[in-house]
Amino acid sequence: MIINHPLLGPRDAQEFTYLGDASMIHRPHWQAEDAIDQFHDYTYLRDNPAGSHRELWFHEQGDRSWLVVTRNTLTHEIEKVELASDVAKAEGRSR
Amino acid sequence: MRYSGFSVIREALRGNKGWKPVWRDPEPQSEYDIIIVGGGGHGLATAYYLAKEFGEKKIAVLEKGWLGSGNIGRNTTIVRSNYMLEGNEPFYEFSMKLWENLEQDFNYNAMMSQRGILNLCHTDGQRDAFRRRGNAMLLMGADAELLTNEQIREMCPFLNFDDARFPIKGGLLQRRAGTARHDGVAWGYARGADMRGVDLVQNCDVTGFVIENGVCKGVETSRGTINAKKVGVAVAGSSGRVMEKAGMRLPIESHVLQAFVSEGLKPTIPGVITFGAGHFYVSQSDKGGLVFGGDIDGYNTYAQRGNLPVIEDVCEGGIALMPMIGRAKLLRSWGGIMDMSMDGSPFIDKTHIEGLYLNAGWCYGGFKATPASGYCFAHLLSKDEPHKVATAYRLDRFKTGHIIDEKGVGAQPNLH
Ligand SMILES: Cc1cc2nc3c(=O)[nH]c(=O)nc-3n(C[C@H](O)[C@H](O)[C@H](O)COP(=O)(O)OP(=O)(O)OC[C@H]3O[C@@H](n4cnc5c(N)ncnc54)[C@H](O)[C@@H]3O)c2cc1C
Repeated sequence: MIINHPLLGPRDAQEFTYLGDASMIHRPHWQAEDAIDQFHDYTYLRDNPAGSHRELWFHEQGDRSWLVVTRNTLTHEIEKVELASDVAKAEGRSR
Repeated sequence: MRYSGFSVIREALRGNKGWKPVWRDPEPQSEYDIIIVGGGGHGLATAYYLAKEFGEKKIAVLEKGWLGSGNIGRNTTIVRSNYMLEGNEPFYEFSMKLWENLEQDFNYNAMMSQRGILNLCHTDGQRDAFRRRGNAMLLMGADAELLTNEQIREMCPFLNFDDARFPIKGGLLQRRAGTARHDGVAWGYARGADMRGVDLVQNCDVTGFVIENGVCKGVETSRGTINAKKVGVAVAGSSGRVMEKAGMRLPIESHVLQAFVSEGLKPTIPGVITFGAGHFYVSQSDKGGLVFGGDIDGYNTYAQRGNLPVIEDVCEGGIALMPMIGRAKLLRSWGGIMDMSMDGSPFIDKTHIEGLYLNAGWCYGGFKATPASGYCFAHLLSKDEPHKVATAYRLDRFKTGHIIDEKGVGAQPNLH
């Protein structure tokens, strides 16, 4: 698989390590009323869809940036690649 | 039809014209007591034991493709019980004991061969860890032996003992482990279930569940709605997709594992051998092909095919361990989708929906579990309480802190 890095252009997926579902960007608030339940779901439960999947890849052997890659889990086709920091900021996080 | 030495000879003399289809191909009925979703090893074993050991009647197995079209027919057939943790080892040892008597039990040749598994270690620390694992296995009733290099040299003179980076320092041997013919296992269970009246319904895709007021009353399928008092799901790599239809999110990601077979060679490799410094394992099939594999590819997928980097990595591991296989030609490779759980251990449990039960999370090691998984899932479905060796396989274990993490790597499915 070739990941089209937004800053570095097309890179072999071998240069990256895979973390998993991009929902991990949304860490629950530790002071929430139901923080324990939220952290359980956040840490352990996954949508695991067949089809389009947004996921976190780390460019370990490159510029060490985190990317959000939208990839089809049925075909391995990569639909979109964004910097995770851009995604997080667009969704209201400070960094 | 029962098989015997006599029937084989009789049919050989008659040109093998007297064999009959081994199971029926029934239309689904409108209602069953128990429906099993998924006609892989675990689903078929569950149906078999439900009928044989728990006296259940009116059972159906619904399979979207043909029987055994999933991982049961794609795995590298290793059977072992060399786990360490309390939640796991008694279960896998129970499975091992069922394997030892399986062919007699279902009167079918599954080519069970207890040729042993040898896990090699390459550092002193790893040897200590193996000693600890071996002791845990002995304590829980399994067999284990720690071998010195001299003993290993006698068994496997072809290994690369004095590699500069990963010298072999010893190994943990389980002699009762081995291999079985994966298709034979599926067929044996299917035939045994069919003989006891279980309807094995193929080309029947389960597309949803009939759930009323928190109670599961049946399933929607490509062949119509089928009612049932209880529904047990055993769809391995498809667990996430299927349980989503019941509104559930699981502690599971689906990943691909690849496997490889070389051209046929004369007998060289005595049992199953695993490399402790990279991920590579190998055995030799009765036809002579080297059957080997390694790591999962490591990203979510349902594609049933992997990528080239893993092939390279596995072959490198193989050549580091036994340089002689560099001469063998690779014949085929393929992939299967596995239900990788958050702690690397499975689930055999009720769900929060009454009447809906789940068997999942087998990762890359569910073949060896087939008999015990079927037996324990049948126990749960029939008696509504877990079998005593499967009490730890709960869906809520992450919430209560009773995680069963053999490898100790945390909630990261691609590391288990
Ligand atoms: C390459 C590879 C090597 C492996 N090597 C080993 C090994 O050496 N030792 C070991 O112990 N384990 C091994 N495994 C793991 C083992 O094969 C699996 O854990 C085990 O087979 C899973 O259980 P099963 O047999 O029931 O799965 P499957 O055979 O996959 O059965 C699930 C069935 O459910 C059906 N299904 C899915 N969705 C639906 C639906 N909606 N409706 C109806 N039916 C549905 C599928 O078609 C399938 O037939 C390996 C796996 C792979 C891929």
